[in-house]
Amino acid sequence: MRSLGGNVDYPKNLLVSFYRQMLRIRLCEEAFVEPILAGEVHCPCHLYSGEEAVAVGVCAALTEEDYVFGNHRSHGHYLAKGGSMQGMVAEIFCREMGCSRGRGGSMHLIAPEVGMLGAAPIVAGTISLTLGAALASTIRKDGRVAVTFFGDGATGEGVLYECMNFAALKKLPIIFVCENNYYATHMPIRECRVEREIHEIARPFGIESRQIDGNDVLQVYDAGLQAVEKCRSGNGPVFLECLTYRFRGHVGPDDNVQGSHTDIRPREEIDLWREKDPIKQFENYLTVQRIMTQEEMNTAREEVTREVTDAHGFARRSPSPRVEELERYVFA
Amino acid sequence: MSSHRKLSYSLAINEALHQMMAADPSVFLIGQGVKSPWYVGDTAQGLLERFGTDRVIDTPVSENAMTGAAVGAALAGMRTVVVHPRVDFMFYAFDPIINEAANWHYMNGGKLPVPVVFWGIINRGGEQAAQHSQSLHGMFAHVPGLKVVMPATPYDAKGLMIAAIREPNPVVFIDDRWLYKLEEPVPEEIYEVEIGRGNVVRAGNDVTVVASSFMVQESIKAAEILVKEGINIEVVDLRTIKPLDENLILASVQKTGRLVVVDGGWRTCGLAAEVSALVSERAFGALKAPVVRITLPDCPAPASAILEKSYYRTSADIIRAVKGII
Repeated sequence: MRSLGGNVDYPKNLLVSFYRQMLRIRLCEEAFVEPILAGEVHCPCHLYSGEEAVAVGVCAALTEEDYVFGNHRSHGHYLAKGGSMQGMVAEIFCREMGCSRGRGGSMHLIAPEVGMLGAAPIVAGTISLTLGAALASTIRKDGRVAVTFFGDGATGEGVLYECMNFAALKKLPIIFVCENNYYATHMPIRECRVEREIHEIARPFGIESRQIDGNDVLQVYDAGLQAVEKCRSGNGPVFLECLTYRFRGHVGPDDNVQGSHTDIRPREEIDLWREKDPIKQFENYLTVQRIMTQEEMNTAREEVTREVTDAHGFARRSPSPRVEELERYVFA
Repeated sequence: MSSHRKLSYSLAINEALHQMMAADPSVFLIGQGVKSPWYVGDTAQGLLERFGTDRVIDTPVSENAMTGAAVGAALAGMRTVVVHPRVDFMFYAFDPIINEAANWHYMNGGKLPVPVVFWGIINRGGEQAAQHSQSLHGMFAHVPGLKVVMPATPYDAKGLMIAAIREPNPVVFIDDRWLYKLEEPVPEEIYEVEIGRGNVVRAGNDVTVVASSFMVQESIKAAEILVKEGINIEVVDLRTIKPLDENLILASVQKTGRLVVVDGGWRTCGLAAEVSALVSERAFGALKAPVVRITLPDCPAPASAILEKSYYRTSADIIRAVKGII
């Protein structure tokens, strides 16, 4: 496993874009904390802070035509795939200008114009949808790749195994990206499964599978590129288990620390993962490799902060959906 | 004369699939047993040979994943028909059908249509017992975002399958193998039977009998017997059970003042209850007698042929019900 600090020849603008994208996700996520606590945002928000390297690394390996499906924790997938931040923030405020016109909220983000075909909180529910998008690509022979993002909790659902079998059988261009953050809502992984090595579940189906450091954006990007290449050349599917950690708790800004009312995660564990913050690690890398100066990073942070502030302003100015249109969109 | 060309119900479906797949390269068929008459009778004959394994996909036994794949392909721009050779097997697929397909357009603010046909075949009788007999149309019709069609004739089977494939929304298409051998003239060209439109298949003034699918045929049988006794029933074939052709039902009840609802589903919270409630709400003043429901009892399908005979409703039950309210 190559980790940050190895020699790479990626152009500066690509590395800078990784940094900016991770920053966009982090700052956008953390900007929801106040509105949630103030009761301005009501819909359940499953924050992605801490897992940014997975979405950014994988999506950077895709084109706009490729497909992505997300889950309940998909703010990062949506942004990394190119969805509009304004559309997302407005959706989380449940406004008409939101990407789902205020009918979906945080858990239903969609941007078909950039290949983000949607997200849904039924655990593992979108894996089969991704399988179908990959099947469509195969029928049309259009070379598109489909990526399904799901958590370690989804490995408890039977449909994942049905999908892996069919994908392998038909060599479909689908990348199964398991974001293993060690918790399925409140359940630590040790209480969910005996076998802790999730990447092993794909092998019996004949699927190439790898476990990678999901907090290392370069490693994720490398693995993503290789997976995409395999899929495009008709040698899919690929399974990637990305080890990562959510800084916040399962839902909302609550950190689920032991001793608090949610009482789930040891403080030391959270602190340990904070040390492995994918953005902090990448900042170190960019500095050591002399790719970005501190000043450039500060500027990036200021620009992203402005973008986030603007998106919140846009959301707050957006009207709510009209009551007269309650039943609109039931059918196309 | 092509307009008099007769076709069986099952081959009418087959023709719809052939013509739609030939007309539109985004149409494909997926499901368990699409290459086996055990599963789908002759509805899929010739498709594999003509369109190949890319577009006629027989699958492992994985209803949940295969149905989800059908939905996902539709979201990615295909027009998918996914077949379940028994409606019973669709329980494994309720998540992609209901949680995903039915909700997708609404919960994403209309951003993506979901052009998928969930084709479920009722395959009952023959002592097959509770898990090889069910028709879950009432459950599907309960769900916002799904349309549900149940053709009773070869003409409608072809026209509704074509309409379902062209529809931008998820459609549950339920047919019944007891109808597969039924023949009538079916046009050779591509045509649609509009989703949401019922049909008065027999006019009459005395009692309105609302039915769907196989029970339409039983209702016609009942009408033929009753007419000899001077009783003229009006048989309304719903064809689509969601959305219901409310005006057609109400107009008929306004005319006859009496209603028998015949349904091949269970009694509680079922289609017959829905039609009955519609009439009580909107045509109460026209009713000269209480509404009668003829449904399956709230009981699983039995195996024993003797019990089966008592379980499934027939023209005799319809005749008795009609006579009971005039």
